[in-house]
Amino acid sequence: MNEGLVRCIDIHKRFGKLEVLRGINLEVGRGEVVVIIGPSGSGKTTLLRCINHLEVVDKGRIYVDGELMGYQEVNGHLKEDSEREVARKRASIGMVFQRFNLFPHLTALGNVIEAPIQVKKVPRKEADAMGRELLAKVGLADKLQAYPAQLSGGQQQRVAIARALAMQPKLMLFDEPTSALDPELVGEVLEAMRALALDGMTMIVVTHEMGFAREVAERIIFMDEGVIVEEGLSKELIANPQHQRTQTFLSKVL
Amino acid sequence: MLAIRFDLDTVGDFLFDPIILEALRETLYIALLAMVLGIALGVILAVMRVSRNPLVSGMAGLYVWFWRATPVVLQLLLMYFGLRQLIENDFFRDNWTRWRAAVITFGLNEAAYMAEIARAGILSVESGQMDAAKSLGMTNLQAMRRVILPQALRVIVPPTGNEFVAMLKNTSVAFAIGVVELLNAAKIQAARNFRVMELYTVAAFWYLVVVSAFSVLQAELERRLAVGERERPETLLSRAMAVLGGRRGI
Repeated sequence: MNEGLVRCIDIHKRFGKLEVLRGINLEVGRGEVVVIIGPSGSGKTTLLRCINHLEVVDKGRIYVDGELMGYQEVNGHLKEDSEREVARKRASIGMVFQRFNLFPHLTALGNVIEAPIQVKKVPRKEADAMGRELLAKVGLADKLQAYPAQLSGGQQQRVAIARALAMQPKLMLFDEPTSALDPELVGEVLEAMRALALDGMTMIVVTHEMGFAREVAERIIFMDEGVIVEEGLSKELIANPQHQRTQTFLSKVL
Repeated sequence: MLAIRFDLDTVGDFLFDPIILEALRETLYIALLAMVLGIALGVILAVMRVSRNPLVSGMAGLYVWFWRATPVVLQLLLMYFGLRQLIENDFFRDNWTRWRAAVITFGLNEAAYMAEIARAGILSVESGQMDAAKSLGMTNLQAMRRVILPQALRVIVPPTGNEFVAMLKNTSVAFAIGVVELLNAAKIQAARNFRVMELYTVAAFWYLVVVSAFSVLQAELERRLAVGERERPETLLSRAMAVLGGRRGI
């Protein structure tokens, strides 16, 4: 049986009294591109952050490429991962944030090669070459020595994508990657993401960009109030949403 | 008419007097070494304080609590006279000089204040930075070293400059354990020569010179740390260097 690259089983997460995820079951296959849509507060960002263990789930399990996130199964028991183990598992999952989160004290190239050098101990020369290649791929070959403050939003986000790719992840998580961008800069980032998808990367994307969802994603998942209300093939779900809440949401976004 | 008794020549005499200069050197050494100790230990304490491990953050908290709550004079007396009474070991007593006790005490005391300053600096870095570092597979310590602390430095430097200036002036308190630094050297010479105002002027002069020189260095450090910012601050030094370097012949 073809096991999915990502398997989320009965995920529950609360912040204080607020229950943000109320039983999420999700499976994403290798090479699949899945888009998650939903109103704000529906738990989409929290779900992403649980997948790479930036948040710890209260109940449920998340498997990425067969590895249980945050724990190890030892003799039928669950043993909490050490910090090093968590970091190691995270290294194969890339994440792109809404606010870019580039390191302001490093150049574009510096941002991209920092993690490979520090975490994977890649020699500087090799990391440098790889960094240049990745930045060229996202169309920023002429901005290697620029600092984030000198780049436009779209450029910064593309550096962020290159930075995440530098760790050669099996999975890429995108948390509303274009929401903080001026409209005319959105296209260049979506283009970079499309190229990534065509290359075969497994991607989970939280976004409001329905055009991207329809053209690039295989499946769309609609979340509301901490549960998955509906999911289906992207073109179908957009054309024929089954659920009332899905219809309401789509009518506002499309 | 008002008769003002102030002899400028005396000031001149004592300005470069060897006893005064020696004391100035002592003051600078103590202040610098104590600051180095204080900053190094302070940063470590700050990282401990923001740790999610309650034992680690608790220990650091205890340290800060004790060293901030007690007056530095008391700490000096405890560390020097107190320990000398407590530890009946010849090797210790021979090597625990007043000077060394002063440096260590000032350093340990300073670390408590630096811990809070560094902690403020760390907290000032937005949480997204840690998220990004962690999502790339960095451990907490790697993220601290490579991402958080370099950014925290910009916020840490100005109040640290303040601390150094305060430290410089605080060294005068070391007289409590018999260390003769600048202020007290001046005081002693004033008493010996019946020239109170002149000697204190000499002391004031040297404090001003040291703090002024330090301020120039601090501004330059801040300028260099503003890497990647759109507007880099211009300092006296950088402007001076631009004039000397760029516009020769004008």
